This record gives sequence, C-alpha cells and structure tokens, in this order.
Amino acid sequence: MIRLNNVVARYTTVRGSINAVDGVTLEIPDGCILGVAGESGCGKSTLMKLIYGDVTSPMSLASGSIEYGFADGKGRAITSDNIRDVWFNRISYIPQSSMNSLNPVVKIGKQFVDFPGSDPDKKRVLAQVREYIGKLGLPAETLDAYPHQLSGGMRQRVMIAMATFFSPDLILADEPTTALDVVVQKDILLLLMDLQEQMGNTILLVSHDMGVHYQVTTRMLIMYAAKAVEYGDSESVFQAPLHPYTRMLISSLPTIGDDRARDGIPGRPPSLWQDLHGCRFADRCPLATARCRAEEPMLVEHKPGHWAACHYAGELADRAEAA
Amino acid sequence: MGVLQYVGKRVGIYLAVLFIGLTVTFFLPRLLPTNPIDAYIGQLQARANGQLTSEAIAQLRTSLEELYGLKGDLFSQYLSYLNRVVRHLDFGPSFTYYPTSVSSMILTALPWTLGLLLISTIIAWILGNLVGVVAGYFHTRRAATVLEVVGILLYPIPYYILAVSVILLLAYVIPIFPLSPTFPVGQLTPQMFGSIIYNSTLPALTLVLAGFGWNILSMKALAVATTEEPYVTFARLKGTSNWTRMVRYVFRNAMLPQVTALALSLGTVFNGALLTEILFSYPGVGLLMRTAASSGDYDVLYGAITLSIVAVATAGLIIDLVYPLLDPRIRHR
Amino acid sequence: MSDIRDTAVSPADLAASEATPEAKPVRRDRASWLWLLNTRLVLGLIIILIFIVGSFVLPFFAPHDPAQQATYMKNLKITPAHWLGTTALGQDTLWFLIFSIRNSLILGIFVGLGISAISTAIGLSAGYIGGAYERIVMLIVDSFITIPLLPILIILGALIRGNNNFFTIGLIIVIFGWAWNARTIRSMVLSLREREFINMARFSGAGTLAILVREVFPYVSAYLVVGFINTILFAINTEATLAVIGMSKVDVPTLGSIIFWALNYNALFTGNVVWLVAPIVATITLFLGLFLTSTGFNAAFASRRGVA
Repeated sequence: MIRLNNVVARYTTVRGSINAVDGVTLEIPDGCILGVAGESGCGKSTLMKLIYGDVTSPMSLASGSIEYGFADGKGRAITSDNIRDVWFNRISYIPQSSMNSLNPVVKIGKQFVDFPGSDPDKKRVLAQVREYIGKLGLPAETLDAYPHQLSGGMRQRVMIAMATFFSPDLILADEPTTALDVVVQKDILLLLMDLQEQMGNTILLVSHDMGVHYQVTTRMLIMYAAKAVEYGDSESVFQAPLHPYTRMLISSLPTIGDDRARDGIPGRPPSLWQDLHGCRFADRCPLATARCRAEEPMLVEHKPGHWAACHYAGELADRAEAA
Repeated sequence: MGVLQYVGKRVGIYLAVLFIGLTVTFFLPRLLPTNPIDAYIGQLQARANGQLTSEAIAQLRTSLEELYGLKGDLFSQYLSYLNRVVRHLDFGPSFTYYPTSVSSMILTALPWTLGLLLISTIIAWILGNLVGVVAGYFHTRRAATVLEVVGILLYPIPYYILAVSVILLLAYVIPIFPLSPTFPVGQLTPQMFGSIIYNSTLPALTLVLAGFGWNILSMKALAVATTEEPYVTFARLKGTSNWTRMVRYVFRNAMLPQVTALALSLGTVFNGALLTEILFSYPGVGLLMRTAASSGDYDVLYGAITLSIVAVATAGLIIDLVYPLLDPRIRHR
Repeated sequence: MSDIRDTAVSPADLAASEATPEAKPVRRDRASWLWLLNTRLVLGLIIILIFIVGSFVLPFFAPHDPAQQATYMKNLKITPAHWLGTTALGQDTLWFLIFSIRNSLILGIFVGLGISAISTAIGLSAGYIGGAYERIVMLIVDSFITIPLLPILIILGALIRGNNNFFTIGLIIVIFGWAWNARTIRSMVLSLREREFINMARFSGAGTLAILVREVFPYVSAYLVVGFINTILFAINTEATLAVIGMSKVDVPTLGSIIFWALNYNALFTGNVVWLVAPIVATITLFLGLFLTSTGFNAAFASRRGVA
C-alpha cells in the first residue's frame, strides 16, 4: 500500500513559486494498475516525479510525505527520504521516448547492468537477463546490439525488460505508448499487463490517452490543476463518473456505433501562478454555483472505493443511478 | 556494408585532395612574374664568384628545368612532375647544401616535427576535453565558469603571442627554461634525450596552450547539451553514478564531434607547429623552411610544402578512419 | 548529404549554447536595439571602438614618421616624453605601436571583406544548389583547408622577395584563406534548407518576403557577422605570423613586425622588455575584443530567435 500524505510539490523560480501538485492524499493498494489522467499541466507528470523520488531543484517536496509500504534489502522501510536508494530495484520507471532513452554508443547488455540497483556480478546477471528478455519476445542477440539497430517496438520492450527485470514493487510508466504506432501500442500494453499479472507489482500509468486507460487500468486517478478530482476503480470511474470534469473527459472517447459529434472541453485550466479559491474547475464547469467558487471541494468518498472532489458529486451519482 | 562504403569514400576524398594539393603546388611558381630559375642561377653565380663554368651552369639549368617541369608543354611538365614526386619522392638536391638531397633533409627534420606535433596535440585534446566535460557536466557550479573563462582567455590568443609570452614568463621572468634553446643533433642517445625534453618543453607548452582553450570551450558546450539528452536523464533515474554518467554517457557521446573537429583543425595546428618551431629554433620542418626561404633554396621549399600537404591530409584520413571505431552507428548501418 | 565533418562544433554553435544565461527572454520592440546588447558584446565593442578610434585618429598627431629609425635615443626607459620608451632602432615605441595597430586593422578589415565575399558566395551557392556542383566545390574547399597556409606563405614570400608589398600579402591571404569560412557558411545553408519555412514560402508565395526578413535574416546575419569578425581575426593573425618570422614587409609597422624587430634586436637580452610586452598586450586585448564581439553578437542573435 502506497500512501500519499497531503503531498505538495513546489517549483521555485526567480519569478516566484507554484505548487504543481497541491495537497494530494491517496492510498494506492498493491497490485493495481493505476492510471493517472488529465490535461497537460494538471500535475500528473510532477506527481510521477514525486512518487519516483526524482525531486531536484527547482522542484521540491514542500510538505507532506510518501510511504511506500515496501522495504529495501536490509529491511528498512522506504519513504520519500530514501526512495532514491532503491531506484530500479524496488521501484522502476519506463520513459516516454525509448528512442532516445538508450545510450547510442553502448551495447544494450551493458546498459542493463550499469546501475547500482543491479547485482555486482555482471556476468551472472547478464545470463539471467538473456533468459528474461526471451520471455518478452526479444532475441538473445539483442544484448549485443546497439540501440539504433533495433526497431521502436523492440526498444520499448527493452525498456520494459529493464524496468521489470529486478521485480520491483512499483513501476511508473510515463506515456509508454505515445511514440509508437497503434499495432505496437497494443503489444506493449498487453506485455505490461501480462508481467503485472505474473509479478503482482503495482503499475502507475500516466497517459493523456483515455483509450489506453480504459483498456489497461484497474484504478483511475483524475487530476486537474494540481489537485486530485476523482479516484476510484476504473470500471466505476468510466461507467459512472462522479466529477463533471471526468464526465467530460470520458465523453471525448469515441465509441463504435455512436456518431455524435465529439465535444472538446471549452476553456483552459486556471493559471497556477495566481491565488486560487474554491473549486478550480468552476470556470469551465457547466454546473458551477456560488458555493463552488467560494468553497474548495475536498476529495470525499461518495461511493465505496470511489472518491470525488465535487460538492455535487453525491447528487450527480444519485441522479445517474436513477436515470 | 556501411563501413566499406565509408572507408572507400574517405580514401577517395583523400586521394582527390592530395591530387588537388599537388596540382596547386605545381602551379605555384608558374603564377609568378619572375622566373625562379634565373633568380636561382643568378644567386648561384653571385656566390660562386664566377667560378662556375658555362657548362656547369647549362647543366644546372637543364636539371632545374626538369625539376620544375619547365621543359616541354604544360601537360608533359605536369606528368613528369607527378612522376618524380609520387613515385620517387625526388625533389632534387638542396641548393644550400648541394648535393644533399631535399628528401634526406626533410626526413631528418620530420621526426622532430612529428614528435612535437603528436605529443602536444594529443595532450591538448585529451586535457582540454577532460576539463571541458567536467566543466560541462557540473556546469551549475562556480568552478565550471572559472574553467570556461580560462578557455575564453586562451582561445583567441594566436600562436606567436603564446610563444613569445611563454618565453617571457618561463625563460625571462622566471628563468626555468633557456632563452635560446639548443637542440643536440646527430645520433639519439639517452643522455641527449633529457636535454631534448628540457629544451622542447617551451615549444610543446605553447602548442598545448593554443589547443587547450578551444577544446575546453567546445567540449563544455557539447557536454552541457549532451547532459540534457533523454538517455542521460534515464541513466540518472536508474541510479547510475555521476562518474559513470559523465564518462560513459556524456563523454563517450560528446567526444565524437570533437574528433571530427580535430580532423578539421589539423591545418591550423600544423601551421602553429611550424611557426612555433621557427620561433624556438626547433630543428623541425618549420625551421627548415624558414632557412630555405631566406637562402632561396626552392627545392627544399617545394619538398617541404608537398610533405606538409601529405602530412595534414594523411592525419585527417587516419582520424576519419578511426571515427567508425568510436561511433557504432557508422560501424553498423 | 551531410558528412560526419558537419557534426563538429563551430564557433557559432558555441556561442549559441552560451546564450541562455545571458539572454533576455522578454521580446523587445524592434525599433530599440537594446535586445542586441549583452555583457560580452558591449565589452567587446568598447574594446574595438577604443582601438579603432585610437589608431585611426591619433596618427594625425604623430610628431614624426614612427618607422623612421634613429629619431630618438635608443632603448630609453618609460618617461613622460616616451610613454613606452624607445626601441633599439631609435623609434618611439608607443607611436610605432599605434601605427602598427592601425595598419593591422586596415589589412584585417580589407582581407576580411575579401574573404567574406568569396566564401559567402561559394558557401551559399554550394549549399543552395547542391548536387554535383556542391560535391566538387566542397572537394576543392577541403583541399584548400588541407593545404597548410604557412608553408604556402613562406614559399610565396621567398619567391616574390623584392616585390613584397602589403597589398600582395593581403591578396595571398585571401586566396588561401577563404576555404574555412566557406565550409561554415555552407553548413548554415544546409541547416536552413531543412527548416520548414522555406517550403512554406514556396507554397504560399505571398509573405515570402516577410518570412525571409523575420526568420531567415536574423539567422543568416548572425553567421555573416560572426564570420566576418572571425576572418578579420584570421587576417590580422596571419599577417602578424608572417611578420614575426620576417617573411612580410617588416618595414611597415604592424603588430607582427613590431614583435619581429623586438625579437631580432634581442629585446629581452638588452632589457627593453616593454618593446616586446606592449605589442603582446595590445594584440591580446584587440583579439579578446574581437572575440567577445563575435560571441556577443552570436548570443544576441541566438536569444532573438529563441535559441532555435
């Protein structure tokens, strides 16, 4: 169980500071595939960085803490303070662009063993890696090849292999399929899900593509303007979204047989530089009232296992059920 | 099969460049208003104080005309010139040290030049790039800016200024090294070796300082850019140590354009080396040329310039051929 | 088809990467030239301005022809009458230096113009026309780059002894010095060709001029200005190199010839260090000024186009 306790991620620049993640409290159960969705700038990438522990100036963890629920080799509990020690050991990361994430002048095999999370006995590890990548559909020669000799799909598999080889407890995937064509996308997603089933780890998947979330995730987190606005089981979130924003996001998904015109969501998120009061979605929300603008809605469990940050979420849920 | 293509292309360009260079050298004396042979013979006569017989002069004239290929029409001149130079490396006898052949004089001077050039260029490249990569990798620290300023201050200073300053500082103000270096010639013995190193330090230092500044600056810029590449970031997120990232990720990639830059700068480096030799009276090709220039020893001059062109072009070719060994993307298409 | 040789860092790339800490990101009104200024550029321009004004204006006030020997007592120390002392040939060092700077600058500017003209024409045409023309031209360029300049200059110096005048030397430097800059300009054109607006301009027709002025010109002018300054550096340098080894017309005062005379009259042995140090300091300062101006311009242009 990963616990986020009111985490605030702050960017401090010469101009001033903004909170890219502004007070998020969540519990992420082990073994789920959590999708994090939202528009650009909503804070999902920053949240990823926070959870991964990649907190470098000008970004800082201004307040709050993270408990990961797993321990390192010596039995020490891992928190936001020492998460860096177990990078690619207990926690790993799949970057967006596999094309450019591998060192072009070093063989793939070497890149599997050149970080401290790996075992010092390189030869033995390499032999194991060779076996492992076979399971992922990569030929053994891959280890002796250079990145430019592989196709985009193969490279992405290599990234997944690297991220999963040491059986980490938590894997963060940042738009893992965006740079790929649709056919390869499906392969990669299936692979990820397969591995997750075998190893039972937790996956955090960031994507702006709601279609990917729909197919792959078991839980969903929707973020808006640095806040968490909805959180729950994917099925629940997709079938009966509680937050107006989520509803609009989902309605942008095309469905077969439905010929209605797709609406984009008009307007844009508020700037985080200004002081924000009340619900941050109020300006774009068709249901906004005076209460929304004055009082910020908290993330409340309106249905079992399904949270939403909206004053009227409960009512909307009831109305939806009644309909 | 990309490698074969690459090598073939490089060698082809090399030969073409050599060819053009030799052709330009061939045409050099023909571009001028004065006839060098007359001037030559005039000087010879002046020095010999009328002791040369007219037969000797006629013989000399014929031989010179052959060397300069001034016999026959332009095309056959050209062919005989190429023949002499390419197949026999024959540049004729030296005028000042008649009948010593130019080739032998050049071959005596050449090892000195090569030694000085190779050692100082390699040191300047390695040192400059190492400093540059550290400065670039840690570019947010104060010390990196200091190193960069060092590069900025050194880079625009021309060779002759550096040479004279080095003499000023290390032979005059702080007299560690000799003001007029002397180089023992003849057979190389271990005792002489120390003396050679001692006297060669200042010219070598000049060359190193000249190349050092540019390498720091360019490597720093490359290192900064490379550090921001996704693969370096990803390596960081894997927990790779600073050292490994700096060396295997940043340096190994950033040094590739630097190798290319080295190949392009060979002409300048060579010039600088010749100049430094002259200023320090170092017994290399540079001094040979300078002395030949004042005594009007044209054979030596032509031999030396042909050799210079070959040397620079060959060095460039070697670097070009080494490049695929460093960049697997060229090696395996 | 680009070559691995095009991957090398050029002085233009170098300065562009330095642009970030100095660059002022706020877009300024086109009419004011303030965006152009940054620390380096200002410093560089000030230095150059001092040198140009000093060396072009002051000679009008010179009491004697500074090159004339035995005007004064030899090897005098620094005195109010002679701010840098006198040389072993009885010349006032300061006046000789001022005239040297002027002559070096004149030569540098003219040769710089000559080289810039030729190399720009060749580089632009090679890059733009492409094909076989480009390949042949680049082969010639590479050959000229490979031919080391100094030996050529030495030979030519030896061959035309007597007919050695300033103009000839300048001409020779132009003939053998245009190649490097041509290569740089061609790479610039190549990278320009790959940018989309050229195609856009072809397709849209209207607005081509606007695109050219707004996008192409800042990019190109950066290279041209920087290239010009670098060639001036190169020209002054080359003449001085020749002079220092005595292969130029050393009677004419230039930065190189003053060093030549100082070395040949054993300035260090006779203790007349100022004779040697003064031109060194002057040369370093001048070159630093030119270099700062060159990188300063580059940084300014780079920030203007958003470090594209």
